[in-house]
Amino acid sequence: MSEIAIQVENLSKRYRLGSSGTGTIVSDVNRFVARIRGKEDPTKKIGFVNDRTKKTNEEFVWSLQDINFKIQQGDAVGIIGKNGAGKSTLLKIISRITSPTTGQVKMRGRVASLLEVGTGFHPELTGRENIFMNGSIMGMTRQEIKSKFDEIVDFSGCERYIDTPVKRYSSGMHVRLAFAVSAHLEPEILIVDEVLAVGDAEFQKKCLNKMDQVSRNDGRTVLFVSHNMTAIKTLCKKGILLKNGMLIGDGSIDDVVNLYAENEIDSLQTSISDLNNRQGNGLLRFVDIKFYDLKGKPTSHFFVGEGVEIHVSYEADDAFFMSTKTTIDIDINDSLNNRVAWLSSSIYKKNIDADKKVIVFQVEKIRLAQGDYNFNLYAANDLGIADWIMNVSRINILYNDYYGTGGKVPEKQLAMVTDFSLR
Amino acid sequence: MKDKGKWDIYIQPKSNWFELRLLDVWKYRDLIFMFVKRDFIAQYKQTILGPIWFLIQPLITTIVFIVVFGKIAGLSTDGQPQILFYLSGVLFWNYFSSTFLKISETFLANTNIFSKIYFPRLVVPISVVLSSMISFGIQLILFVIIFTYYLISKDFYPAINSGILLFPILVLIMAALSIGMGIIISSMTIKYRDLRYLVTFGVPLLMYATPIVYPLSSIKDPTFIFLLKLNPMTGIIETFRYSIFGIGVLDIYTLFYSAFITIILLILGIAIFNKVEKNFMDSI
Repeated sequence: MSEIAIQVENLSKRYRLGSSGTGTIVSDVNRFVARIRGKEDPTKKIGFVNDRTKKTNEEFVWSLQDINFKIQQGDAVGIIGKNGAGKSTLLKIISRITSPTTGQVKMRGRVASLLEVGTGFHPELTGRENIFMNGSIMGMTRQEIKSKFDEIVDFSGCERYIDTPVKRYSSGMHVRLAFAVSAHLEPEILIVDEVLAVGDAEFQKKCLNKMDQVSRNDGRTVLFVSHNMTAIKTLCKKGILLKNGMLIGDGSIDDVVNLYAENEIDSLQTSISDLNNRQGNGLLRFVDIKFYDLKGKPTSHFFVGEGVEIHVSYEADDAFFMSTKTTIDIDINDSLNNRVAWLSSSIYKKNIDADKKVIVFQVEKIRLAQGDYNFNLYAANDLGIADWIMNVSRINILYNDYYGTGGKVPEKQLAMVTDFSLR
Repeated sequence: MKDKGKWDIYIQPKSNWFELRLLDVWKYRDLIFMFVKRDFIAQYKQTILGPIWFLIQPLITTIVFIVVFGKIAGLSTDGQPQILFYLSGVLFWNYFSSTFLKISETFLANTNIFSKIYFPRLVVPISVVLSSMISFGIQLILFVIIFTYYLISKDFYPAINSGILLFPILVLIMAALSIGMGIIISSMTIKYRDLRYLVTFGVPLLMYATPIVYPLSSIKDPTFIFLLKLNPMTGIIETFRYSIFGIGVLDIYTLFYSAFITIILLILGIAIFNKVEKNFMDSI
């Protein structure tokens, strides 16, 4: 068994809500007095779960609570969780930008964050000077930078401009140069937060490739945060699932992603009836959209070729059904906002049933390529649009041997997975 | 874990007040060097006069002092040439005030870098102290040139004495004082921004509570002298002037007091800075 690279013990992080500082010098002094007398901070409260959706009178929020895990050297670990689950806080503590409230983290080797590229770049300095500046901020010594200097310049493709101040660089060159330095840092532990990722799609892809190479070939430890389950599944072997600041899953990436999918149900059950980014006259109002597999289990993760049932519930005034043509549509868009499918009741030339409060769209086999898909809901009659909401929900499609041959399809190079045979 | 010593990085909630991690700072010495270089290069890029600005600023200040305090107000310079008298004070005061002000902005000015990447935060104030030392050095050369010119061509016979041997110590105290006070203020401005305004207008005023534009010997009221000597910069400047002009007396107690206060402020500053640097991102 290989060595442990990161060991996290009883880690908690508390944030103060509202204004920072207790606001008054009196309570600051109170806290100070309590501390030097070795007493518990009088302003401290514990045992409060971080759930942003509920309003609270508590002064503090636990962004992380009692987290324990170990990461083996050379593992690529995906950190999964909804927004606000504590992923970024965890990374901030591991990269020593902030410190925990309790508990500890022990690590072996140098830690670096791949996507914080170009930190410390000074516009007045030349490319050459900035390579040294940026490199030393990230903890490289002058000698190290010198020995890798030519490689870095080569990789960046900025050789001609290396003695020009970076303020004259195009933004593309700026990013390339910055990334080139990060890519040659060779830390033992690499942190990649896709949530914070900047740059265009190509650049992000470059980062992911680099990360893949780093973990596979160089045996380095990688921590990867992303909302893209497909990317996490391809890049990581293990996963950690956070929810409301607590660790609820730790194991193989497949198990953790599945656990995440099950947990997602919670969020799918939240009502959309109080969304207000909607257009229309309001004669019909969408209340909810839910996704089920054909066994009737609610989920938002599907494999290519699986069946999907979309349950759209609504409330409608009688006036809506007075019209002759009533229709409900679902638009499906990919992550780049290209329309990939359109499901409409009008195809079947049926009007919406006035007695029901839910309409079910059943897709027998979903053949969209892997990725995230967003849904729009649209309802209309002859009088015009009744309700139209963009991006009400999304599902994630995963690829899992659709053809049954063990062959894989390349990611991001296809929009749909179609049936075919060879003769 | 069987071998605790094998861990490279420990992250814990609270450090001891005096967990210095100087070794950590030493590991980042190349970064200190880069910061100093960056400050030096970036400061006068795209200026016509470039590093000459290092000289123009104290010269013009000195000329203004000569006109306002020397000619108009007619303050004593203890019989020394006015330009040398004022410049000797400006030299030290400039270093102290600019370094102190810059360090007191450490956290607010570097939030961007600090929020992204870890390095020992003490690297920043240390690099400020060093890069200000460069301009101090250049200005010192200017002073020596003018001093020599006066020696050769004017009727000027200063009593340079062995006090000059204290010069490195004076510089050391001055640097330590500015870093100590700077990091205290920088740590406290995170919570109390008021200090920032206080410092920005307070430091220039503090100059008048330091014998820069007048010699300590021109003060007759013993209460005033006592108050002036409470200012740790007083001992430094008076000692310097004593050693090159031979004016006044070598008041070793005042210098000891300056050194003592400096050490206290430095220790206090490092303790507070240590405490604050770990969590400042949460309260900035």
